[in-house]
Amino acid sequence: MAHYWQEISALTMRWVRRLSREKFSMLFTLVQPMLFWLIFFGNLFQRAADTQVTQAPNYISFLAAGVVVMTVLNNGLAGGVDLLFDKENGFLERLMSTPIHRTSVILSRFIFVMAITSMQVLVILGVSYLFGVHPATGILGVAMILLIGMMFGVGLTAISMAMAFSVKSHGDFFSVLGFLSLPMIFLSSALVPLTAMPGWMSFLAQFNPMTWAIDAVRPLILSGWTEALPHIGMVVLVMLVFDALCLYGGAKAFRRAMG
Amino acid sequence: MDRTIAIDVSHLSKTYDSYRAVDDLSFQVYAGEIFGLLGPNGAGKSTTLRTLITLLHPTSGTATVMGYDTVRDADKVRTLIGYVPQERAIDRFLTGREHLQLLGALYHLTKEEAAKRIAELLTLVELEAHADRPAKTYSGGMKRKLDIACGLLPNPKVLFLDEPTLGLDVQSRLRIWEYVRMLKARGMTIVMTTNYLDEADQLCDRLAIIDGGKIKTLGSPVELKIALGGDIVSLTLKETDRIHSLESALKDRPAIKAVRATTKGLDIRVESPEKALPTILESANRLGCNIEFIQYNRPRLDDVFIAHTGRAITESIPESETV
Repeated sequence: MAHYWQEISALTMRWVRRLSREKFSMLFTLVQPMLFWLIFFGNLFQRAADTQVTQAPNYISFLAAGVVVMTVLNNGLAGGVDLLFDKENGFLERLMSTPIHRTSVILSRFIFVMAITSMQVLVILGVSYLFGVHPATGILGVAMILLIGMMFGVGLTAISMAMAFSVKSHGDFFSVLGFLSLPMIFLSSALVPLTAMPGWMSFLAQFNPMTWAIDAVRPLILSGWTEALPHIGMVVLVMLVFDALCLYGGAKAFRRAMG
Repeated sequence: MDRTIAIDVSHLSKTYDSYRAVDDLSFQVYAGEIFGLLGPNGAGKSTTLRTLITLLHPTSGTATVMGYDTVRDADKVRTLIGYVPQERAIDRFLTGREHLQLLGALYHLTKEEAAKRIAELLTLVELEAHADRPAKTYSGGMKRKLDIACGLLPNPKVLFLDEPTLGLDVQSRLRIWEYVRMLKARGMTIVMTTNYLDEADQLCDRLAIIDGGKIKTLGSPVELKIALGGDIVSLTLKETDRIHSLESALKDRPAIKAVRATTKGLDIRVESPEKALPTILESANRLGCNIEFIQYNRPRLDDVFIAHTGRAITESIPESETV
C-alpha cells in the first residue's frame, strides 16, 4: 500500500510539474475559454433570454451551472491527451516496464484532472459571484457542485483515456474530441432548459448525462437544497451507471493497449 | 562450458489478427553477455523484446528472465530489468534529475537511496552539468544518455536496449558503445536490438539474426562468419566476356568452395587464400584473362545476413540528429 501511494504521488507530481513548466498553458488553464461563455454569452443573452423560460432571475445565473458542467466536460474529454503523447513517444512503455501497480498511471491522471477541474470550477463560480450569482446553498452547495463535477469527470476522463489508448494517431483523437464536444453542449440543458427546446432536441438531451449533471447543479445555485436534493439523487444514479460503463470501456482499451 | 542462463525463450509466438510477428522463437541468453537481436525493421525484434520486458503477452510459448516467467511473475521480472526504449521516451518538460527521481519512486527507492544512485548515474553518463535543465533543451545524444541512465536506475540484472544508437551521430554512437561495454564488464547481462550490422559485430557476444519472425541463425559474430565457409576473393576482369569460362574453370577445384559471377568479375569463396590464390591466378593465365583488380575479404556480417535472409539488411534512413 505504501508502494502504491509512492507511485501515485510521484506520477501525479509529474503532471503538476509539467503544467507548472508551461507558463502559458498554466495561465490559460486558470483563465480558460469557458469563462468567455460565462462572460460574453451570459451577458449577450441577458436580454434576449426570457426569464419566464429560464426560471432564473437573469440569464447569467441560469448559464452558470451550464458553464460549470461544460468545464467538466472539456477537461474530462481532454484528460487522456497527455497519456496519448506518453503512448506515442514510448514514455508509457517505460513507466509500465517498472514494477508499478498497473493502475497507478491511470489513477494519477484521474487525480490530476479532477484537481484541475475543481480549481477551474471554483474560478467559474468566483467570476459568476462577481456578476451577482450567489449560490443559494452556500459553501456546502459549492462542495456538492464539485462532487457532481468529479462524478461526471471520472467517466469523461475514462472515455478520453480509452480513446487515447485505442486511436492510431493523435490526429484521430483530436478530430473525435472536436466532433463530440459541441453536440454534447447543445444537446444538454447548458444553454436552454429542455422545456424550451424543439421536441427532438429535448428528447435527445434527456439521454445526455450532462443534462442530469446540470439539472442538479442549477438548483444548488438558484434555489436551495429542497429543490436540489431530488435532482442530486438522480444524478448520483445516472453517474453510477455512466461511470461504470466508461470505466469498463477504459479498462478494456487499456488492457488491449498494454498487452 | 556450463553457463548460467539469464533468459530462456521457448517456442515464443505472437500473432496480431492474422499477422505472425514472431513465429516459434527459441533461444537462450547467458548471464553476463551482450546478446543482439539483429534484423530489418518489422522482423519481430521489438515484439520479442517487448515480450521479455513483460509488456506483451505471447500468443503461445514462454519466456523467462532470471528464471521468472514474463507473464506469471511479471512483477518480479520488472524488478530485475532495466529498459531503454527505442523512441526518445523523454518528458520534455521534466529535467534529467526529475526523470530519475520519478523512476526512483516507481522502483520504490527511498529518497536517500534514490539521491545517491541518481548522483552516481548522472556522473556515469556525464549529465551532471545539465541535470537541472528541462529535457527539451537536450541534444539527441544527451537524451539518449538520459534514456540509458533511466534504464540503469533500478540497478538491473538484465538491461534491454531497443535500437540504442538509432539516429545518433557517430560520436554519440561510439560513446553509447563504450557504456554498453563498461556495463558488461560490471557483470550486467545486456539484450539489444539493432538493425546496424556494424553495431552487432562490434558489441555483441552472440546474436540472433531474425527475419520474418523467425531466427535465421544464431551464434557469435565470428562463428557466424566462419560458418559461411571461408574468405572471399573478388576478381575484376578486363574482359567481361571471359567471366563465364573462368567461372567454369575454377569450379570444383581444390581449395575453392564456391564461385559466383558478378557484373565485372567473380566472387570466389575459398578455404584458405594461400592455397587458392595460385590456382586462381594459374587458371586466369591459362585462359588469357587479364585481371584488373584483385581483392581479398574476410566475410563480414553483411555477408552472413545476406546468406541467411537472401537479401541485404534494409534500413530506413535514420533521422539525423546533432550533438
